[in-house]
Amino acid sequence: MGKRKSFGWWFLLAVILGNGIVFLFSHSAFTTSINLFVKILLRVIPVLAIVFVLMTLTNYFITPKFIKKHLKGSKLKGWLIFIAGGILSTGPIYMWYPLLAELNKKGLSFGLISCFLYNRAIKIPWLPLAVAYFGGAYVAVLTAVMIVASIAQGLLINKLMTK
Amino acid sequence: MLASMISTIIPSSFYTTLFSRNVFSDSLIGSAIGSISAGNPVTSYILGGELLKRGVSLIAVTAFIVAWVTIGVIQFPTEAAILGRRFALLRNVSSFVFAILVGAGTVAILGL
Repeated sequence: MGKRKSFGWWFLLAVILGNGIVFLFSHSAFTTSINLFVKILLRVIPVLAIVFVLMTLTNYFITPKFIKKHLKGSKLKGWLIFIAGGILSTGPIYMWYPLLAELNKKGLSFGLISCFLYNRAIKIPWLPLAVAYFGGAYVAVLTAVMIVASIAQGLLINKLMTK
Repeated sequence: MLASMISTIIPSSFYTTLFSRNVFSDSLIGSAIGSISAGNPVTSYILGGELLKRGVSLIAVTAFIVAWVTIGVIQFPTEAAILGRRFALLRNVSSFVFAILVGAGTVAILGL
């Protein structure tokens, strides 16, 4: 865990340094970048609150025994829950990493985590716009193929992570 | 912070100048560009629509859109730090391959 923490700090330092370089080359690009960062941050804060509540509730109610009973392995119910969860979840992807890591510690397989993360690519609110660009048939087929791909990837990750 | 910086310094025109109109190499390029891109899925739809208009194959455009939303090169350090480097690497690399497979599968089913 110490290694992971120091990696995070080095990454933050690299990003700050990157922004410093942008500032040296173009003040306007730096201002645009920072404005966008603030905009993203403001959008993220409410989601963060939801994620923290969910994490607290999960920590309280979802015990390792529960995970073992309902979600571990390749049971159909677990896959369906994580497919639906991925599609319905909101906010930036990285907001979900701590919750998934917590569940992993309690026995959730890496395959289901990857299945959840893959299905986050399917966003119901954006589907009408995708239909407007590419047509209903294309979006319907793409969505179905992506769900199948998420399961295939999950099974693959389960295999590779246990090696 | 990194996502906002990348979005600012890479112009939209950059994406439309890279494709060669070859289905296989374009799919690889589509998946690769989608992988390193960050931002709202809407941006990928807009760029994907533009690429289609410019004659880029639907497989390549689909690989691009799918990679955009399933691969997180920018989020990789965070994902690796929290979920483990091995998992993050396996997930992102397999997502790259799956983006091309999803593109090919979608187009094959649609019969285009």
